[in-house]
Amino acid sequence: MDLIYLLFILTLSIFLGFALISRVPPLLHTPLMSEANAICGIIIIGALIAAGCEANSLLTTILGTSAVALATFNVVGGYLVTERMLKMFKKK
Amino acid sequence: MNAEFITNLIYIVSSILFAFGLKNLGSPVTARKGNILSAVGMFLAVIATLISGHIIHYQWIIIGILFGSVLGALVAFKAAMTQMPEMIALLHGCGALASVFVDWTAYAVHGSTDLTNSITLYLSIVIGGLTFTGSAIAWGKLSEKIPGKPILFAGQKWLNIGLISAILILGVIFILNPLRHDLFLAILGLSLFFGIFLVIPIGGADMPVVISVLNSYSGVVACTTGFVIHNTLLIVVGALVGANGIILSIIMCKAMNRSITNVIFGAFGEVVKKKVSGEKKEAKAISVEDAFLILENAKSVVIIPGYGLAVAQAQHAVRELAEFLEKNGCDVKYAIHPVAGRMPGHMNVLLAEANISYDQLMEMDAINPLMENTDVAIIIGANDVVNPASRHDKSSPIYGMPIINADKAKTVFVLKRSMATGFAGIENELFYYDNCRMIFGDAKQTVQALVAEFKSGQQH
Repeated sequence: MDLIYLLFILTLSIFLGFALISRVPPLLHTPLMSEANAICGIIIIGALIAAGCEANSLLTTILGTSAVALATFNVVGGYLVTERMLKMFKKK
Repeated sequence: MNAEFITNLIYIVSSILFAFGLKNLGSPVTARKGNILSAVGMFLAVIATLISGHIIHYQWIIIGILFGSVLGALVAFKAAMTQMPEMIALLHGCGALASVFVDWTAYAVHGSTDLTNSITLYLSIVIGGLTFTGSAIAWGKLSEKIPGKPILFAGQKWLNIGLISAILILGVIFILNPLRHDLFLAILGLSLFFGIFLVIPIGGADMPVVISVLNSYSGVVACTTGFVIHNTLLIVVGALVGANGIILSIIMCKAMNRSITNVIFGAFGEVVKKKVSGEKKEAKAISVEDAFLILENAKSVVIIPGYGLAVAQAQHAVRELAEFLEKNGCDVKYAIHPVAGRMPGHMNVLLAEANISYDQLMEMDAINPLMENTDVAIIIGANDVVNPASRHDKSSPIYGMPIINADKAKTVFVLKRSMATGFAGIENELFYYDNCRMIFGDAKQTVQALVAEFKSGQQH
């Protein structure tokens, strides 16, 4: 893939990020951070390829499997803890 | 249509769901829906990758996913709300380490394909490495496994300069000779070391900024890994998370009136002891009974919580007091300073946990104009964030820091153990103001005593 094409995506995504996140109220900044942790677990898609790809040695198997476990930890831990926090925000 | 194309189409859907997820976090009403949308996006991305045709073996994937899920669920349900900052630090670290492992696998399998690949690979392992160890240290400091105060030693500055130079020089050699596996490992090792030395000199009070900066880094690593393995979804999500960390870091720094460089490198400077000015003033104490009489007649009360409130586990007692005040026809609000907790928004979570309605939780800028019409401001476990010296005393270290104008209220109660200074070690002139009264003692017991007064008042 062309480098310039990836940079294009990067630049627009940064703008999108600033636009979306500057609208989150300070009230929800902690759940926002754990949500960010959860979506950062998107590295799982790289980890899946690393753990399941054709060319595997002992090293890549260990690295890939650990990466899958760590990324899943982020995804599951991040979403569940965000849900736990958001559930507590109630209005009388 | 081939599998690759379908996978990429699903990745676009995932990006849209992540974006909507974050958009829905704009309000507590829609936030939970946003979290679910985002999780659906993640699920789709995983499925799309599994069917992409790149994956041959499934046994290790299943083991990894099982292990990660069980651990993730366990930590997510067991962590107390006061422990949220350390949990977040832990997640930053795991995300960064996963990215480093993905980079490493890509490098071990494909080597380095071109110059762009070598540069992004280098950036990815440096930032990933230091984010992992930096987060581990932050986790240790927040969970008090490592002393929270800045750890300083002779030659620290030179060690850091040495580490940075070595990482840069080895980086140039690696980019020119991308097949040198020994250099790859050396750079990774040095970056891991650098992460430790980057965070140990930073004190516990500055952790909100450190966590935000590490959050940004963890996004940047996902991004650079996206460049390494040519994955657009990683780049999109990495940019979103990176932007998140930057915004939160800026908010935290503004709230502490400091620059990011000052927070990260501030501890290297000399510690300047400020002389206490001559005249000795007297703070006025008040008994719980007298405080009750004032509260009973108050029409509006603003409670200003600090982290001390969470340490004393007094949130539930505070809510009980607020309920009595409301029954008495009094309007109760909570004024939350951005750095009131150990991470951005932490105090709001702690109060929400105690069943306090979120529409009573006011931001600093929203509550300050109302302070002049407030009968009583009750300060619990906060100190520096209500120090009026920040408005006028140019010699004060906190001069210019935005504060909650508690002193503008008709009466100010300060719940405090003793006259000891706060985190920054600064005398608080508010305690000597004419409208300020100190209620000495454990915050939780004091609030409970006030609640007891209201209870006995009702019976008569």
